[in-house]
Amino acid sequence: MLISIASVSLALLLIVVALGITAFYMIEQIPVFIITVLILLLMVAYLTYAERKIIGYIQIRIGPNRVGPRGWLQPIADAVKLAFKEIILPNTSNRFLFVFAPILAMAPALAVWAVVPFAKGWVFSDINAGLLYILAMTSIGVYGVIIAGWASNSKYAFLGALRSAAQIVAYEIAMGFALVGVLMAAGSLNLSAIVEAQAGSYGLLNWYWIPLLPLFVIYFIAGVAETNRAPFDVAEGESEIVAGFHVEYSGMLFAVFFLAEYLNMILIAALTAVMFMGGWLSPFAGTPFDAFFVWVPGVVWFFLKVAVFLFFFLWFRATFPRYRYDQIMRLGWKVFIPITIAWLLVIGVFILLDLPPWFAEKGV
Amino acid sequence: MAIFNYLKNLTLLELLKGLNLTAQHLFKPKITVQYPEEKTPLSARFRGHHALRRYPNGEERCIACKLCEAVCPALAITIEAEPREDGSRRTIRYDIDMYKCIFCGFCEEACPVDAIVETRKFEYHGEKRNDLIMTKEKLLSIGDELEIQIEADRTKESVYR
Repeated sequence: MLISIASVSLALLLIVVALGITAFYMIEQIPVFIITVLILLLMVAYLTYAERKIIGYIQIRIGPNRVGPRGWLQPIADAVKLAFKEIILPNTSNRFLFVFAPILAMAPALAVWAVVPFAKGWVFSDINAGLLYILAMTSIGVYGVIIAGWASNSKYAFLGALRSAAQIVAYEIAMGFALVGVLMAAGSLNLSAIVEAQAGSYGLLNWYWIPLLPLFVIYFIAGVAETNRAPFDVAEGESEIVAGFHVEYSGMLFAVFFLAEYLNMILIAALTAVMFMGGWLSPFAGTPFDAFFVWVPGVVWFFLKVAVFLFFFLWFRATFPRYRYDQIMRLGWKVFIPITIAWLLVIGVFILLDLPPWFAEKGV
Repeated sequence: MAIFNYLKNLTLLELLKGLNLTAQHLFKPKITVQYPEEKTPLSARFRGHHALRRYPNGEERCIACKLCEAVCPALAITIEAEPREDGSRRTIRYDIDMYKCIFCGFCEEACPVDAIVETRKFEYHGEKRNDLIMTKEKLLSIGDELEIQIEADRTKESVYR
């Protein structure tokens, strides 16, 4: 008990110190930070509601509809329930790491949002190495899963952690190569610059999803695999290894893992929107229809695109059965990576040819 | 041809077919029954909670033949019998242990006088331990309460018996 209190307080101390340092340097941005995090958490809450509703509808059910009008208060009730549940620390677990793992899963999932541009200029830190930062941060999130599986000292959790480690290694590479394609096309690692590079006079035809179509598809599928969502949810695989890496977790610690998973989903949807679907750009920009939509702020377009990709996450989950483990590995190593590498060459040719409209004035 | 198969897989055609199917289901009318407000129809042969019936003149039907007790596969029925003051053979104890009962309906089929029946009643509960061990009094009162429905169901099904 003492150890667990000590470890929790140590983790809290770390967070407070980190917040303190942040506060010292960017005192005037604190309210914006807090509002953004609250909005993100609210999005997570209602993403779980949307998930249950949409999957319910696809299974010809109506989903939750008892708590509040049409079930709108269901996520609130779920959160309250989780908050009041007991946190069980297994006797044989490594208590510090057991408590630390969910924090390690959650923190990068929140930190990545620092470089995501919600609209023109609406970005916390407009760094030039944004794409690298994203790759680094999303990879750190895996440590949460691996450490959770190890610290639980449970067979199922350990198996789940191993599976997740191997899966992430396989898909990280394909994801990285897909991002290299975007980098080549946009000529920048800065996310805002990537969005700006997709602006043009043909609206949504200017976005990178057309010239980078295979990379777009592979990035999104690899993103589904990275977030351990169905049909790539072998790390959880409730029908095979109970709940995988989070079998031993309960109460708020479990809720934090849950939050991290859904935050990552929203993040992948946002990144796909930024890199392949023109971020905050209007799909009618430059076309004759633009006049009807100039009043729509960029952030609305951004969140619309995010919502569409989130719907795809849920749609996939309702449609596809879980991949067998060796099939996941085959898909990652023998299909995705060769295709991405081959398409990089194709993009190179496009750039050499100054293929309009995407690569028109960006020749080598 | 292997190469055509490979190209076909690259187009994700089969996956898109699956997505198309689930997308169609998204807009189908939903079949959920909102239970406390809506209920599914029950058959006249529904096997729910038991009841003991009476004749229209108020005389209880059961003659303590113990066929139901003998046929009960879950050994849920306990009967003790004694002659009444007027000399007729009646039960002094008729217990059904609802914790044991498997609702097979054999007791109802075995009964020569249609005394023990299974009704449409399925929403019941016990609040104390042993609340669901049904005594003769409880079973008779359920029979009195539901007699109209029980009689209607038996009449409807009598054609097939």
